[in-house]
Amino acid sequence: MMDWPLLSLLIWVPLVGALPVLAVGAARPQLARVLALVVALLTFALSLCLLPDFNSASGAMQFVEDHVWIRALNVHYHLGVDGISLLLVLLTTFTTILVVMGAWRVIQKRVHQYMAAILLLNGFMIGVFCAMDALLFYVFFEAMLIPMFVLIGIWGGPRRVYATLKFFIYTFFGSIFFLIALIYLYLQAGTFDIATLQSLHLGLTAQSWLFFAFLGAFAIKVPMWPVHTWLPDAHVEAPTGGSVVLAAVMLKIGGYGFIRFSLAMLPDASLRFAWLMIVLSLIAIIYIGYVALVQKDMKKLIAYSSVSHMGLVTLGIFITMLLLRDGNAQAAQLGLSGAMVQMISHGFISGALFTCIGVMYDRLHTREIDAYGGLAKVMPWFATFMVMFAMANVGLPGTSGFVGEFMVILASFSASPWIALFAAFSLIIGAGYTLWLVKRIIFGRVRSEAVAAMPDISGREAAVLGLFALAVLALGVFPWPWTHVMDASIAQLVAHLV
Amino acid sequence: MPSWNDILVMLPEFYLLAAACVLLLMDAFLRPSQRRVTHYTAIGVVIITIWLVLSGGGDGATAFNRMFVRDGMAEILKVFVLLSVALVCIYSRPYLRDRGLHIGEFYALLLFAALGAMLLVSAGNLVMVYLGLQLLSLCSYALVAMDRDSARSSEAAVKYFILSALAGGLLLYGMSMIYGATGSLDLAQIHAIAPRVAHPHLLVFGLVFLVAGIAFELGIAPFHMWLPDVYDGAPTAVVTFISTVPKLAAVGLAFRLLEMCMGTLAVDWQMMLAVLAAVSLVIGNFVAIMQPNIKRMLAYSTIAHMGFVLLGLAAATPAGYAAAVFYVVCYALMAAAAFGVIMLLARAGFEAENISDFKGLNQRSPWFAGVMALAMFSLAGIPPLFGFYAKLLVLESAIHAGLLWLAIVAIITSIVGLFYYLRVVKVMYFDAPDEGADQPLAADRPLRWVLSLNGLALIGMGIFWGPLLAWCLHAFGA
Repeated sequence: MMDWPLLSLLIWVPLVGALPVLAVGAARPQLARVLALVVALLTFALSLCLLPDFNSASGAMQFVEDHVWIRALNVHYHLGVDGISLLLVLLTTFTTILVVMGAWRVIQKRVHQYMAAILLLNGFMIGVFCAMDALLFYVFFEAMLIPMFVLIGIWGGPRRVYATLKFFIYTFFGSIFFLIALIYLYLQAGTFDIATLQSLHLGLTAQSWLFFAFLGAFAIKVPMWPVHTWLPDAHVEAPTGGSVVLAAVMLKIGGYGFIRFSLAMLPDASLRFAWLMIVLSLIAIIYIGYVALVQKDMKKLIAYSSVSHMGLVTLGIFITMLLLRDGNAQAAQLGLSGAMVQMISHGFISGALFTCIGVMYDRLHTREIDAYGGLAKVMPWFATFMVMFAMANVGLPGTSGFVGEFMVILASFSASPWIALFAAFSLIIGAGYTLWLVKRIIFGRVRSEAVAAMPDISGREAAVLGLFALAVLALGVFPWPWTHVMDASIAQLVAHLV
Repeated sequence: MPSWNDILVMLPEFYLLAAACVLLLMDAFLRPSQRRVTHYTAIGVVIITIWLVLSGGGDGATAFNRMFVRDGMAEILKVFVLLSVALVCIYSRPYLRDRGLHIGEFYALLLFAALGAMLLVSAGNLVMVYLGLQLLSLCSYALVAMDRDSARSSEAAVKYFILSALAGGLLLYGMSMIYGATGSLDLAQIHAIAPRVAHPHLLVFGLVFLVAGIAFELGIAPFHMWLPDVYDGAPTAVVTFISTVPKLAAVGLAFRLLEMCMGTLAVDWQMMLAVLAAVSLVIGNFVAIMQPNIKRMLAYSTIAHMGFVLLGLAAATPAGYAAAVFYVVCYALMAAAAFGVIMLLARAGFEAENISDFKGLNQRSPWFAGVMALAMFSLAGIPPLFGFYAKLLVLESAIHAGLLWLAIVAIITSIVGLFYYLRVVKVMYFDAPDEGADQPLAADRPLRWVLSLNGLALIGMGIFWGPLLAWCLHAFGA
């Protein structure tokens, strides 16, 4: 297995696999579904092949493929994974299967195009996590927008055109300054190679400018307060599959970008503006948490909950800089690992919650919280899953939600008890909006006859939710293998930052 | 006396001249039902000329006392001028046939225009520059006026003619200043004499007129007024030509006049180009938003794209010129694809002029909606499509030349540009087709295949853009 170009296969199998799915045409939707599932499963199997040969004791890039792409510009087709990207690749391939399965019955219009868009997204996202050349990274980073634009625009809700244009233009706006910054770095270093750019020693002024250019791209992607406003619109209007991909994987690309680019390339500027990032993260955690509390639309509530939870991720990333300044490398490592675990965990939980909302929406065709009530009596199986994911969202010990939040809060405590105090608010507010949501939807008396007539989840839906549940519990109960995979890479990054 | 060698160096041009004359004569003896003979002959002639150009190479050989230069840039531009002419021929036939405009003169004029463009990009002398430009322009006026019964078409042609004659006059006036200052018409000689002329301000004075003439040919704001009207009024087949061949030729014109002739005054013209580029980017992108007519929208988008080309030229480095040539080649391919789909959508008695005519195209013909979407995303500069790399290269050379502010203007206006390209995609994919207009597009087989190839090239070149870049860089010795 070792001599196969596994990463290239991972990227190109879904990208090329989208073509036969597209070629099936509108006439045979079932064939398109099956083909898409086969491609998604194959991609997942390929990503699992990475695990046995992955050396978790090494922080270096593994499975490296390096070919010259454009000789004149010294651009390379350079791929590799380390502990940080490996888990995100697995998260991507895993989620894609569930998205394909989740769309099985729900999507009836132009199935082949939907499935092809999901596969293209999958390939581009894997490309983002594997690219070791900044231009290649940028190409994948931007290319993702096209299938997502189409996903929201064709299969979305009533205001889909507004939402998808806002999504596209917002993210494009952020990333073009990133492009200018990359060109500047290229002119300094003569290469787009990420590792070389990371070892470039730039002055503080240059770093500061670059930092804000990077910030534009990644803060919008994460999204951080106050550039989060595209997310609720995109989530509300997107079809379930689009929401799941968006929340589970696409937001993580922002966090990944912060770690790979902002932190590793611009350590001085990251330290200088760490306070700014921490303040923005805390605002996201607390203020957006309160915003989530008052939502009437379930999808919007979970969207705001995502912004709030991603605040913990950015907090974990940038608290590292403060800790390193104080010479506390151990806590710094804890903070970064916590941010990573929180990203993976949030990928599972938010994906699962959006799937749950999709299940309800397919039956009642509304996302208004008020329209539901007493699902525990009507759909006991569904209620079990929903409550479990809600608990994970709250951060109950034993679920994945707890591990990441705990690590980040613990790390921030070493930096300042005050930051930890505010960060810990996320637990309280999160419990507030999530439990209240569950109380209104799942418990209480059955709201209406339409609700009473809702059938419980089918075997296929149970399989999707069950797989999500398995992942949430696995990460919650045995976090060690997950953190172990990335320990060496994070240690290396921390050593690089010191 | 011209030597054999002169003729050999200019063999592609001589061949094209002879073939175009023969084609014109031959067509006079054909019945209208046999017009496809002319069509295929024209395409054959173009292909042979491409082969002749490529086999000649770009070795820097000169002919007729350096009137004519066969260098790398000329080679690339000629190949793509001819390729664009071939695409125009293939895309236009059904369109012209439906409108009763399928006449032999169309092909003859296209070939003569291509000849003009080839002479222009190979010119080594100011007189040659002017002659090549006039041959290209005269053919263009006639082509724009081809639909002689249409008032709009005639109006567009008259506007084009008057404004273009004015621009030609400006250019000639500038050339006469330079001749007065240096006493030479030879580009290389002027370049050598320029630093030590007695009246340098005379040169700068002439330079301003040269820049104005170049800006007019490229369609750079504020010399862009003719462009939207011509795009709007001329038959779409001719617009496809106008948006490709003269643009390619104009980049060659800019390089010949600015770098080869006035290269020592780079500081002066660099600033002029940078300001023109900024104005063009802003006007092109902002005005395009308001256009409900897709041809007018693409006209303003052209203005913006030519602003990007100027970014590369303003860098005034070999890498910058290479980027500009790369950009214009890329633009020609994207524009050809977009206008190809517009012509495909048009039927007898119906012009697909409004963006709303594209409603629900994805349901009618998913494949061609895909080609149009590729063209739009590529024009917007979204990777991994071809258009992105063109933008990357000009931005890189502009930043390298210290024009960071211009690069920032360029990217900010390209966000504005994104909006109107996305609107076309939105209409095609998110809207339902109008009642009664939901049948799939019917198209001739050659059109279908070539247009599909053109669309796929936008992806293919997005992955394998290295060879073209290497070719462009090689042409400028970078």
